[in-house]
Amino acid sequence: MESQLALIEQSFNSRYSCHVREALDELPDSFTITDPSICGHPIVYASRGFLKMCGYSREEVIGQNGRIFQGPGTDRRSVMEIREAIREERTIQLNLLNYRKDGTPFWMLFHMNPIFSKEDGTAIHFLAVQVPLSGRGRRRGRRSHDSGTEDVIFGSCRKEVCFDSLLEVGRVLEHNNSVLDSEDSAGVVDIEETCEANELEKRRAASAIKNILSVLTHYSELTGRLVCGKRGCCNGTSPLGSSVAISLGRIKQSFVLTDMHLPDMPIVYASDAFLKLTGYSRHEVLGRNCRFLSGMDTDPSTLFHIKESIRAERPCTVRILNYRKDGSSFWNLLHISPVRSASGKNAYFVGVQMEEGGCRNQGGGGLSTEMRHRSTVGAVRVALRTLSMGSGSSKVE
Amino acid sequence: MSLSLKIKRVPTVVSNYQKEEAEEAGRRSGGCDRNCFNNCCLPGAKLPLYAYKGVDTAADEKALAELEDADIPMAFLDSLVLGEWEDRMQRGLFRYDVTACETKVIPGKYGFIAQLNEGRHLKKRPTEFRVDKVLQPFDGKKFNFTMVGQEEVLFQFEASEDGDAQYYQNAPIDIENSPNVVAINVSPIDYGHVLLIPRILKCLPQRIDHESFLLALHMAVEAANPFFRLGYNSLGAFATINHLHFQAYYLAVPFPVEKAPTKKITILENYGVKVSELRNYPVRGLVFEGGNTLQDLSNAVSDTCICLQGNNIPYNVLVSDCGRRVFLFPQCYAEKQAMGEVSAELLDTQVNPAVWEISGHMVLKRKKDYEEASEKNARRLLAEVSLSGERFQEVKALIFEAIFCSMNKTHITAQGLESLEEDVEVQSAEDLFGMKQEQGSHTAMVTGTHDCLVMQ
Repeated sequence: MESQLALIEQSFNSRYSCHVREALDELPDSFTITDPSICGHPIVYASRGFLKMCGYSREEVIGQNGRIFQGPGTDRRSVMEIREAIREERTIQLNLLNYRKDGTPFWMLFHMNPIFSKEDGTAIHFLAVQVPLSGRGRRRGRRSHDSGTEDVIFGSCRKEVCFDSLLEVGRVLEHNNSVLDSEDSAGVVDIEETCEANELEKRRAASAIKNILSVLTHYSELTGRLVCGKRGCCNGTSPLGSSVAISLGRIKQSFVLTDMHLPDMPIVYASDAFLKLTGYSRHEVLGRNCRFLSGMDTDPSTLFHIKESIRAERPCTVRILNYRKDGSSFWNLLHISPVRSASGKNAYFVGVQMEEGGCRNQGGGGLSTEMRHRSTVGAVRVALRTLSMGSGSSKVE
Repeated sequence: MSLSLKIKRVPTVVSNYQKEEAEEAGRRSGGCDRNCFNNCCLPGAKLPLYAYKGVDTAADEKALAELEDADIPMAFLDSLVLGEWEDRMQRGLFRYDVTACETKVIPGKYGFIAQLNEGRHLKKRPTEFRVDKVLQPFDGKKFNFTMVGQEEVLFQFEASEDGDAQYYQNAPIDIENSPNVVAINVSPIDYGHVLLIPRILKCLPQRIDHESFLLALHMAVEAANPFFRLGYNSLGAFATINHLHFQAYYLAVPFPVEKAPTKKITILENYGVKVSELRNYPVRGLVFEGGNTLQDLSNAVSDTCICLQGNNIPYNVLVSDCGRRVFLFPQCYAEKQAMGEVSAELLDTQVNPAVWEISGHMVLKRKKDYEEASEKNARRLLAEVSLSGERFQEVKALIFEAIFCSMNKTHITAQGLESLEEDVEVQSAEDLFGMKQEQGSHTAMVTGTHDCLVMQ
């Protein structure tokens, strides 16, 4: 199994020609590129500007999820909004509080764009641009009793004030409980609520995105695996969006999803563990029926039993002899179950594989084989239940 | 002579052993011949046990981050709940397949989630529920969780003794000390719907205390899945079983209430907890987040719940974001219903606005309601649930009074009496609201053993 770093390398190399990193390194902006198809949705590229801004080295950042820059003062709603934008593969722009390596917080305008594959319209990467905020866009305000049109902002926005006033927001307090917040005459509690980006900063973000996208598009042309900043312009249905890939990526078990309604029930999702178990790469299995796992000595009556269960849309558990890409065989404790989509109708089959006598340390810990089969099925059910349910671009403001 | 307010509704069946009232009363209290969860059947029984690791939020922010989020490997507890639930599903223990219930997000600003579930509610004779008393004593003659079948109980949930999470597949059940257990709800709202029952054998009535709420928070933290949320309904706010329990289930979309903007009210210094008010949301409510430790966040919320209980104000609680954010909704729908103030049209939908509905997940039993589900209708229903602006302000003042009392008492106790002069600096509700104390005496306001020591 390729290590995560190898996967990360491949994430870029398979998509863009090899000088893309140099080209990106020349851009002054702070930005990161993440890959939702790799478990943990890690950063696969971080610009020099980004590393300078947050104080980390490249090695410390590549492979990490963006969450490492969050901290106690980071607004949870914003984190949720970003998560949803990723799920729905759409653009988002908001003001976000992040933390540098030395622990100091700073506000930035966070602008994220999905990067779509032109072939199948899936989001293959997410590009995030960060513009540190000067605070000139902020307003001083008092608490209003009637909800106006926007959040009221308290206090000033100098970075030093940010730091001080944020010390008490959920941080470890070794010191006493003395009141750290200063109150102004209106009795308003003075804590950093938010920070607004000004027009200039927003324009910087937009132009950075544009520049980076054009670099990526250019270098993707050279590999023939084109990308674009907007979805659409694709034929054929994408297997499963990044939202499902991300939630399914959490499952450490070997499993595949097949689409019940497509001819010959092709595989539309295969977990990393499946690829490791069978020795195939992802593009070698997507779109194919699972029968390629069977071979000469596979018991035909077992195959028949599986086929019958599938036809009846019933779960079944079998012990079947399967073959890896290299021709070696293994006993597979296989559990198959139909899974419904949000419509309530059966739409997919999930197949969970467990190698008999295989490594016990597959993240299941003390769970029995049956339990691991079932927890995988359960997790898949949860993920697919809301697959087609975008929460829309609904934003309550 | 006291008037009691009642409503009639068909209670949700949460266990396959939950019977009609009449049958309940006739049941013999001991020596049953089936595998229930009481002293008659428990000795010798074994049940998996999950021992959770204690997490100290602020200190372990990094550790917490490692434990959680939808992006990283599933936490063990998550796998356990899902695996056990799927097992019971395949064994046919649920009254219906909830994944077969069509679900959609209602278009609009909030993104309310509607589910068509015709099988959830029984076409049975409605039962009477008293809605004017939030605190009612436990009644052993009514259905309670010691009557569920052992097969409906998934595992025990206890604090780990050595600070590391542990799992035991076949642990004995400590009848003396009574375990906390997680059981299935046989009429699930969505996949993975379970009940967390603290100290099940102690038969505690439905009321929150510090220990039980902390347990609920630990579960949210430990599951480490932002789509696994816990909820609580007080009596009078659509809890039907007066035996202490929390609910939880999975839904992999944000709840409307989680997206609603908030306006900060204050930060409770001793606890380090930020308290905010919901804005632009049909139901008025408070949001608690942060905390120097998980226990501090828990105490801030449970102080609030205890205050509301003591003041007979029904309420619902939602634990979200892996235990980082807690929403609290005082409500009055049941009271309105009992007084005949709710329109027939709304009553016909038979939606009882408990915590999930308030948070934005509506289970509808009529196809017509599902097809016509609109944001406007949802908001209309929820607006009826909300306290009025004025009443909410009053309740807020009550709550803060109680929290500051509780917080400052701990503070004073810790510092000793000599520092009493320093207490003029201590946070108080008056400072915050600039308003005089409400009518009613101190002692009536805060239940339990807290005496109010706030200086004027």
